[in-house]
Formats: sequence, C-alpha cells, structure tokens
Amino acid sequence: MSDVPLLRVSALSKFYGSRIGCENVSFDLWPGEVLAVVGESGSGKTTLLNCLSTRLLPSSGTASYRMRDGQFRELYRMSEAERRFLMRTDWGFVHQNPADGLRMTVSAGANVGERLMAVGDRHYGKIRATAVDWLSRVEIDEDRIDDEPRAFSGGMRQRLQIARNLVTGPRLVFMDEPTGGLDVSVQARLLDLLRGLVTDLGLAAIVVTHDLAVARLLSQRMMVMKDGRVVESGLTDRVLDDPRAPYTQLLVSSILQV
Amino acid sequence: MATPLVVSDVAKSFTMHLRDGIRLPVVAGVSFSIRSGECAVLGGPSGAGKSSILKMLYGNYAVDAGQIIVQHEDGLIDLATASPRMVLAVRRLTIGYVSQFLRTVPRVSALDVVAEPLVERGEDPDVARNKARALLAQLNLPEKLWMLPPATFSGGEQQRVNIARGFITEHPILLLDEPTASLDASNRDVVIALIAAKKAAGVALLGIFHDHDVREAVADRVIDVTAFAAGKIAA
Repeated sequence: MSDVPLLRVSALSKFYGSRIGCENVSFDLWPGEVLAVVGESGSGKTTLLNCLSTRLLPSSGTASYRMRDGQFRELYRMSEAERRFLMRTDWGFVHQNPADGLRMTVSAGANVGERLMAVGDRHYGKIRATAVDWLSRVEIDEDRIDDEPRAFSGGMRQRLQIARNLVTGPRLVFMDEPTGGLDVSVQARLLDLLRGLVTDLGLAAIVVTHDLAVARLLSQRMMVMKDGRVVESGLTDRVLDDPRAPYTQLLVSSILQV
Repeated sequence: MATPLVVSDVAKSFTMHLRDGIRLPVVAGVSFSIRSGECAVLGGPSGAGKSSILKMLYGNYAVDAGQIIVQHEDGLIDLATASPRMVLAVRRLTIGYVSQFLRTVPRVSALDVVAEPLVERGEDPDVARNKARALLAQLNLPEKLWMLPPATFSGGEQQRVNIARGFITEHPILLLDEPTASLDASNRDVVIALIAAKKAAGVALLGIFHDHDVREAVADRVIDVTAFAAGKIAA
C-alpha cells in the first residue's frame, strides 16, 4: 500500500461571476484508486473535473500532483507548456463525446500513434505495432487500423478514445461520463473493458458520472456533489448501501430497479 | 487463543431524510468478540439487526457509535472510524465476506469472479484459477458454467459462486450472511465442511444462518442480537 497520494486537492473553488461552479472541494487520490464523482447536471462535477485536469483554472484552492520523480508540483503554478506536457504523457482525458477526444479525420492507428509521437517515439514500425496492440486491447479489429473514426460506431469510437489515452501509460485518467449516450449492451462491454484496464495497469482515475451503477462498478471511493459542494463522500458501497445525506438518499432511492 | 475481532458498544440507526427525518434505531450497545478457530452465529428474529451488524463489520454501513477493533497486519484498526482506504486494505487482507446475493459484473466468467479476491491479494492468476476450479467442483457447479458470466445463473448456482469467492482466500476473519439460503441438502453439507475446514485453519467466523440444521452443525455459540435492541422510541 503506497502511503503517498498521487494528487492532493485542497479547498478548490471555481466561481463563474457570482455563480458557484464548485466550492471548497478537498480530497486525496492514491495510485490505483478510482474515485467517482456523482451528482445531477449542474452539480459542479464537470467543473471540478475540468479544474483538476487544468482545462479550467480555479478561482481559489490548490491541487498538487506527484510527478514521476516523486516531487509534488502545484498544478496551477505550472507553465502552460508544462501542463500540456503532463496532459499528453502522464494523464489521460476521456470525453463523453469521443469526437472531442479524437481526431475524426485521421486513421484509428494515427489517433493512437499521435500520442506516442508526442512523447518522443519516432520509429514508425514500433508505433504501428503498439497501435495494433492497443486496438486489440480495446477490442477493435486490426483491419480497421487505417479507417477514420468517422466510420466507427459510437461504442467503437469510445474504445478508440480510451486506447489513445492509455497508450502512453498515464498514471491518472480523467473520465467525463465515459459511458454516456451509449446503448446498454455497449455500455456493459465498455465498463468491463475499463474495469479490466484500470486493474491491470494500476491506474488512478477520477470518473464523473450521473449513473450510480457505473460508479458502483468502477470506483472504490465516491463523492456526491450538489450545487457545487460535496455533500457526502466515502467508500462507494458504504455511500450507496447506507447513504447519509438527504440528497444522496434521494439519488439512491431514485434508481430504477430492473 | 487469539481474538482478531472485538466489537464494543456499537450503535446503528438510520435517519430517513425523505420521510421527514424519521430516525430508525437498529441496534445499540453491541458488544462481543470472536476468537480464532471458532464460528459464532448471530441469532434473533428477522429485523433484529443481524445483517446490519455484519455490514458494519465489513464497512458497508457506517457506525454511529462504538468501536470495531480488528487485528490487521501487525496492528489494531478501529473499523468504525477507519478511512475508506484502510477499509479496503482490511477487506483485501483481513476480513472476507460472503453476501446473500452475488453482485455480478457483465462479461466476467464465474471462474474469474471466484479467483478475483485471490488475485487481488497478489496470487498468480493461474494458481488462483486452479483453486477456483477446485472449489467450484467441490460445490458441484456444473463445469459447463465455469466460463460463463453468472448473471443468468439460478439463485442456487449464483450462491455457490459467491461461496467459492468468499472461501477461496485465507482471510483470518470471515463473515457469512446466510450462505446456505438457497442451497439443496447436499450442497449445504459441502458448505458445512468448508466452514469446518476454516475453523480448523484458525479462521474466526461470524455468520447468520436461518437454516436450523446448518446452525446446529457449525455454531460454537450463538450471540443473541435481541439483547442489543435499540430503544424502540424514535428520537
């Protein structure tokens, strides 16, 4: 059990004018841990994710990340170039809409290979071999490697986006509603794939979702957000089996039983 | 003899915010301990709080008051106040749990469902799968089902997968929530034998068994949960 967190977040707030995006969020994330952030639309979960991944700058608060050399760096004090490098190498970001995370007009293989080239890989044969390997890990047939993602189904695009993100061996992956908008059977396949990859690679992940079943399946810990604030947090099955906050009780009692 | 689990003065209630904040007391003053190599059984009628006690011991339910002291690795941990991370470590290494119902994951085979807790403890996946095969065979689960995800299995088949998953590891403490509820007589006997083997190996077991014959066969003593009834007057 590693005793040093990968990410330390303290009193993070983001205001849009006088409106609260998220307020006073604090938590630690350890290597290999999956944290689910749940709440309804407008609860601030996506704002929080965007602040953590430095796509947005917070109004106040700090987040420090343990770099590969073991040193903690304050994310919001890094230069733009440093943050971009982190984003390309050590982090991944899986968007709800794959079109936001993929380049739709270059081939599937290039989508995966591009991230490798960004970290300095130059050997074409090696890049292609790695791309083939990753496509098979996300269950995309090798003979689709030269097709553009425009020609892929929604589920395939999402799997390609995951391959593109994981190929550089990131230590932290942000996911925004990774199964949103997919058919249930496609969702199940994707969830199983994600669960396996997260376990095999020992990834840490922060998954934003409004789907409590997705949170149950993927995460060990959970934060429930409402109106920009964290109203409850803890072990995922504790939060779902014994919800304490009024809002969490409402969410849990609103799940449809199949 | 070692006493790896000591529960003292634990209380639990539910506050139902959607029902005008009505408070439902479940148990209070729960105190007992379990020794290595014994199987204690929680007794009492339905609704007495037996399952709630097991769920607090496994960290699924929060604890209002009291302590749950567990011997974990080389130290003592109070599960009532432990961080989520610590609870996860305790589950991985110290406390195993056989729930009443299997929570299935799409597309994961019964064999891998059973092997998973052992792999999480660092066992080689092939070794873990071999052990899973042996347990599933012992529990008479037809071999043609092993590679299928258990979502479509019958209640009794799912329960046997669940039992195999709970018994595959060498957790020093094992919690059993009605593991024999939907089993036929011959499979009940297998579970009784598995429990006897755990006892012989020095595991501390705490269970709920509604089946009288099973309880007679495995219980070293019965902890009467009605003694921990919380005040009946809602606050």
